[in-house]
This record gives sequence, structure tokens and C-alpha cells, in this order.
Amino acid sequence: MTTTTTELPGGAAAPDAAPAAARRRRGGGGLGSYLLVRFLLIFPTIVILVTTVFVLMRLTGDPITAALGGRLPPDELAARVREAGYDRPILVQYWEYLTQLAQGDFGTALSDGRKVTQVLTTFGAATLELTVYALIVAFVVGIPLGRLAAFLRDRWPDAVLRIFAILCYATPVFFAGLVLKLVFAVNLGWLPVAGRASTGAEIQLQTLEGRTGIYLVDALRLGDGEVISDVLEHAVLPAIALGLLTAGVFLRLVRTNVIGTLGSGYVEAARSRGVSERRLLRKHAYRPALIPIVTVIGLQIALLLGGAVLTETTFEWKGLGFQLVEYLQARDFVAVQGIVVLAAVIVAVVNFVVDVIAALIDPRVRY
Amino acid sequence: MATTVTPGTTAAAAPSPGRRRRGRRGLPLIRQVRQSVGLQRGMLVAGLVLTGIFLLTALFAPLLAPYGYDQLRDSSGPFGAQQEPSAQHLLGTTVGGYDVLSRVIWGSRTALLVIVTAVLMSIVLGVLLGLVSGYFGGWLDRVLVVVADAIYAFPALLLAIVVGIVLNGGESSLVGGIMATSISITVIFVPQYLRVVRAETVRIKAEAYVESARVIGAGHWRIMSRHVFRNATRTLPLILTLNASEAILTLAGLGFLGFGIEPTAASEWGYDLQKALSDVTSGIWWTSVFPGLAIVLVVLGLTLVGESLNDLADPRLRTRRRGPATPADVAATSVVPAAAAVPADRDPVRGIRP
Repeated sequence: MTTTTTELPGGAAAPDAAPAAARRRRGGGGLGSYLLVRFLLIFPTIVILVTTVFVLMRLTGDPITAALGGRLPPDELAARVREAGYDRPILVQYWEYLTQLAQGDFGTALSDGRKVTQVLTTFGAATLELTVYALIVAFVVGIPLGRLAAFLRDRWPDAVLRIFAILCYATPVFFAGLVLKLVFAVNLGWLPVAGRASTGAEIQLQTLEGRTGIYLVDALRLGDGEVISDVLEHAVLPAIALGLLTAGVFLRLVRTNVIGTLGSGYVEAARSRGVSERRLLRKHAYRPALIPIVTVIGLQIALLLGGAVLTETTFEWKGLGFQLVEYLQARDFVAVQGIVVLAAVIVAVVNFVVDVIAALIDPRVRY
Repeated sequence: MATTVTPGTTAAAAPSPGRRRRGRRGLPLIRQVRQSVGLQRGMLVAGLVLTGIFLLTALFAPLLAPYGYDQLRDSSGPFGAQQEPSAQHLLGTTVGGYDVLSRVIWGSRTALLVIVTAVLMSIVLGVLLGLVSGYFGGWLDRVLVVVADAIYAFPALLLAIVVGIVLNGGESSLVGGIMATSISITVIFVPQYLRVVRAETVRIKAEAYVESARVIGAGHWRIMSRHVFRNATRTLPLILTLNASEAILTLAGLGFLGFGIEPTAASEWGYDLQKALSDVTSGIWWTSVFPGLAIVLVVLGLTLVGESLNDLADPRLRTRRRGPATPADVAATSVVPAAAAVPADRDPVRGIRP
């Protein structure tokens, strides 16, 4: 929650700065090798998470007993467990699981027999759509307000904005969602209460050939104005609920970093040349302060995925998170494990991409 | 402290030295309130007030709450479900027929229990691992850092769900539920404490006084407990307040997804919100608004305190009375080191170091 922690990358790297500098002097540590090292680091990250999840889930016993225990006679249960191979040594199962994952097989849900990868293709688009909307809300709300707060530092608008940012963080997404629903959907009746589209629009979207699952894209391709506005209307409240969470983070980050850059040497130099405060903010202090945003987006993905689970449940937005909760309630831990591991892969890959972008923008990161 | 201090006792004694020292100087936080000016003071005081109300409510819940958290009827008969706020039930009743006000008040107790358990467990484990990792270095350090980074970057809620499944398989009594939630939260927090304490330890290890101690023949544990520990944990109170607020949010999130504590075992705000989800559609607002507000206010209070303390400790962010501007290159004095924060703002170079 502290705004200070994601400073301009130079400061945060301080403890390791010395060896990095030495490496640079020797001529190594260029962009290429940085990217390579960073890429290779994806794999241990994923393996660690997969192992953690696997070990944790198996501590409770096998998934079949978890799902059906008490509902089947013990001998039939044992037969099922044997059939699925859960009675073999844990290391054998672990190795088999890793091999499966390496082949892109995340397992098969016990409750509905669907492959987890299929669950991803069916529901992943919905979560992606929601996350993108939320990020847009976060950018549009967070960045300009953060800049404003920094510019009016310590005056009353800054105070209001900072409290707003803390409120964004302090409000659980599902409560924000409930309140938005209560006000705008139930009391005012402006927007739909839940779902991704109304039934009519859903049916029309189903008719489309080669659907992407991203409703806005599908609706645009369908070219029906009513369907487009229907899809957008359904997205407003979930996007705001989830977006505000991240908006608060962006606001604080931009504020702190703009304040930081406004006090830095080169801005001071420009100020002494008589550049106006407004221009200092716009031309000198603002842009470098945006770099940390790029890095933070990578980390926000984790927060957004967690938040998406809650938002989707609140708004019956049929995405991965909604599905995860369904599987949780069905005690289908194979599917839960599959989705969680999938999330691990997504997070690792997104973080890699973000780090690459950050390295391309800011040479200080690649040491 | 004895010369041979085991790691266990070191960590268990974690909060005491700081508290004692501050005790001598006067009450903790008073200095910060004095140091602050204007808006910053307002935020700190507001945060302290909210946190104080929360603590008092949690402590005196049995006196404050008009009914029990699992009470469905009184002498004049059953409460009835989804009753509007009235003189008898100031905040109405839930869909399950419980009194909303009582559930909100009792809920503070559950929240406090979870915060205390989770934060204590994370501190003990995190500080211990961080000290060992930073002080000894080597392969253990590398492994710990890589594992911590991996867990750190992962959606906290999903991890908490997995741990929750393992620990209670869904059903929860009061103790079981609180332990399950606390352990889930601990798993998320340990990496944060580990990283903070480790970074500080690595820095302090190179200080002259540590070297002097080594020269006069002090053992590893003595150096770690006497010289490194006290200095490396200087920043923990800040992270603690911020993590306390995150603990509440995680608890509520788990409750909302159905991993909460059963209504007959204790009152939990997230669980109540989940039950209130369907009420909202029919315009019943009191079942969701009040538990939700309780979460928001407590998190707000804790965050305001944490934020203000952090700002006051960081010369760049401290509101100054008129005076010369502080140069910007004071990163090293930031009291919360990189990676100290909640998932929101993480160390930009996390996970890159070999």
C-alpha cells in the first residue's frame, strides 16, 4: 500500500547496484542477455508455483475422495481412486503432472468432464475482456488524477484525492460492486444488474460464426447497434468496480513519482532557467514518472486476476473466476488446481512481457 | 539476552525491544502525531480514531451487541428474515434471520483475531527466514528469494483459496476457520517480510559495527539477534499496519467466496456480504451496506495510520513547514524498503536478480 515502494527503478536496485556496475564495466549485461535471463526465470517461477499448489492440494488427500467422499461406498471410492491413479506414490504422480503440464494439459475437471484448457478457451475471453475494461478505467481515472494531486500537493484537492485513493484500496471489489449495483442498477435502473449481455443479445451473439468470446468484438462484428450498446451497458459496473481498485494504485504511484521527479536535479535545473511550473510538470516531471506504471501493470495483473474472481461472482460475469467458484462449490479440486496453475502461467508470462517493455523503455532496469 | 540465542526465541521476542524503547520515550505514535502537520496530522489522527474504535468494538463486542451473532429469536419470538431497520433491529435482519447490527459488531472480533494470528505468524516466520537468508546468503538465500518471488507475484486470493481448501476442506468452526484464514494470509505475507528483512540484513551485515562484533569474536546468533535483528526490524511496524488491512480484505474475500466461517461459529463480514448478494437485486440494502462499511472503515483506518507513518518516516513525502526543499535523491532513507508493500506496488526489479 505504500506509495514509496515503487520508485523510479534506479533507486530500488540500490543493493545490487555494485555488482551490476562491475558487470557493465566488463562489457556484459546488455539487453540481450538480460532478456534471456529474464525469460529463463519464467520456468523456475512456474515450477515453484505448480509444486506449491500440487503439494498443498495433495496434503488433503486425493481429489476423488474430496469430491465424492461420503457419497459413495468406500470400496467403490477406492476403485475410482485406483482407476484415476491417485493411489500411486506421490512423486510418480507429481512427475506425471509436470509432464502433462509441459504438454499443455492442465487436467480434466471431475464434475463436468471438461478439460481445463477448454474451460480456459470458453471463459478466458470473458475474464480478459473484463480485465481490459478495468485497466482502461484505472488508466483514465488514476493517471490524470495522480498528476493533479502531485501538482496541487498538500492543498485540499490533493487531500481529497489521496483519501479517494485509499478508499479505492479499502473497499473490497465485491462491496464496491454491490453498492454500484444497488445504486445504478436497482435504485436508478440505469444499468443492468448482472451478466455480460441480455438474453436477446446473447442469442444474437451465439449465431455469429467464429466467435471470439470477447463480446464487444463479437458485437462489433455483428454490427448491430443495439447489441453493442447492450454489451457495453453490461460492462460498465463490473469494469468500474474492478477498475477503481487499480485506479487507486495508479493515482498514488503517479502522485509519488511526479513529486519525486519534480524535486529532482534536472527539473530543478529547468526551474532555475525560468520554466513555468505547469510546463515543468507537463514536459519534465510527468513522463519519467509514468515508467513505474509499466512495471506495476505486471503486478496489477495478479491483483486483477484475484479481483476478477470476486467481481465476476458479484456480477455473474461468466468468466474464469466465476467458473472457479463453481468448481470450488462442487469440490472439484482437479479443476481448481488447473485454473490456479493456469493463473500462475499467465502471471509469469505477463510479468515477463512487462519486464521486457520496461527494459526497452528504461535502460536503467537492465543492469 | 544470552549469548546463545536460538532462532526461535529471537523471533518470538520480535515485538518487545522496539516497544520497550518506545515506551521509554513516551507513548508510541505520540511522536509521530507531534511531528506531523496539517493534512498529514489529520489523516493520522483519523486513522488512529478509526482503528481505536475498531479495537474497542472488538474487545467489548459482548457488551455492545444487542444480540448474539447466531441468535435467531428473543423472548418475543423469532426475528424474521430481511426485516427493515427498526427500533428493535437498528440495522435490520439478514436473509438468515440474524440481527445485522449484532453481526457487524461481532464481526470485528473475528477480524481482529484473524489479523493478530496472521500477522504474528507471518512476522515470526518472515523475520526468521529473512534474517537467516540475508545473513548467511549462499544457496539457501537464493532458493528462498526465488520461492518468495514466485509466491509474491501470484494472485494472493487464489493462493489463499488453495490453502483454505487444504486446511478445512470448506467447513469451518471458529478456531478452524480463523486458523485456516490466518494461515492462508500468512503464506502470502511471509515473502513480504522475508524480502524486507533480508534486504535490510544484507545492508546491515556490511556495517562497521557488525564487523567489529565479529572481530571481537561474537557468534553468528549473537550478531544476528543483537546487532542485525534490532536494526533490520525497524521498519516492521509500518508493514504491519498495512498488512493488517490486507488481512481483513483477504478474510472478507475468502468469506465472500464461501470459505468463511459458518454463521453459527462466528460472525464474518465477507460471509454476510455473500449472503446479501441476492438481496441487492430486490432492493434490500441494509444486509450488504453495513458489513461492507465495516470492512471499508477498518481498512481505511489501518491504512491511514500505516500511510501516515510511512510518509512521516520518508523525508520526501513528509509535509514540511516552510523551508528549503529536500533533494530527491534520498531513496536510501525510505523507511519502507522496496518490496515492503502489498501487492499493489511492488519492487520494479523483483525477480530479476540471479
